[in-house]
Amino acid sequence: MTTLWWAIAAVCAGCYALKLAGLAAPRRVLDHPVVSRFAELVPVALLAALIAVQVFTAEGGLSADPARTAGLGAAVVALLLRAPFLVVLAAAAGTTALVRIFLG
Amino acid sequence: MDQTTHRSAAVRDGLGVGLAVGLSGLAFGAAAVTAGLTVPQACVLSLLAFTGASQFALTGAVGAGGDLVAASLGALLLGGRNTLYGLRLADLLRVRGPRRLLAAQGVIDETTAVALAQPTPEAARTGFVTTFASLYVTWNLTTLAGAFGTSSLGDPGMLGLDVVGPAAFLAILWPRLTGSAELRKLAAAAAVIALCATPFFPPGVPVLLSAVAVLVVMVR
Repeated sequence: MTTLWWAIAAVCAGCYALKLAGLAAPRRVLDHPVVSRFAELVPVALLAALIAVQVFTAEGGLSADPARTAGLGAAVVALLLRAPFLVVLAAAAGTTALVRIFLG
Repeated sequence: MDQTTHRSAAVRDGLGVGLAVGLSGLAFGAAAVTAGLTVPQACVLSLLAFTGASQFALTGAVGAGGDLVAASLGALLLGGRNTLYGLRLADLLRVRGPRRLLAAQGVIDETTAVALAQPTPEAARTGFVTTFASLYVTWNLTTLAGAFGTSSLGDPGMLGLDVVGPAAFLAILWPRLTGSAELRKLAAAAAVIALCATPFFPPGVPVLLSAVAVLVVMVR
């Protein structure tokens, strides 16, 4: 149990250091044109990758979970219909929950 | 739109993401206790690590009886993307000293997404702060509730909460994706890279590898 506390402390400290490292990068680095262009584009890539990984993978492998796939599909439909943000989230969660109920 | 309208739109976005994604803290609290963590351990992770993917990775590995050093490293790999977000947010937030130390804790997927969706730097700052505050409070309260309510709660997946995060990120990226063919290609390439890498790398690495797509776009 004590060992687990050490792991938790290490993860908390490390995660904070990682967050601070980017925010506290020297001005000289941030102002470099290559770095600023990279920093501008990278969140789009990471968030898109995150969507793909959270929806289409499970336990280290590719997996097409029908409930999550349907939920993301519902979000796309809601976005195409210009639904407000919370409606998009509710459509996604509701669809995923419904598919899970029907598929058991 | 004028300044005030931009800022109230940012507050609305921030509260929406903070409250909706914050509900997944229920899933984290429940998963942590199921994996063998105590309630204080689950809460300390949410208070201090405050980055969902890393927290889930650590508790998942603990639950699977994995090696704690490997589990901690896996959690840190997932936290690595926050460094890249920080590079971008540094320019938008322009915080120094103690305020920077505080803002750093808020550098995560959700706050970055909301901040970048705003049309002006002022609105981006408002979006960052609102998302950080509402998500921090909600995430920690729901962690506590999830950790205590494990047995009565059942499976949070039944509520479809696991799709709220991806749906929120998609909704936030949407206007930028519909407005730019280059960003659409970038997003598609990043998603494909991450999916292809998933079977071969530990959790966290595939998403970081997707940054390669950015380099390709920049070289072209």
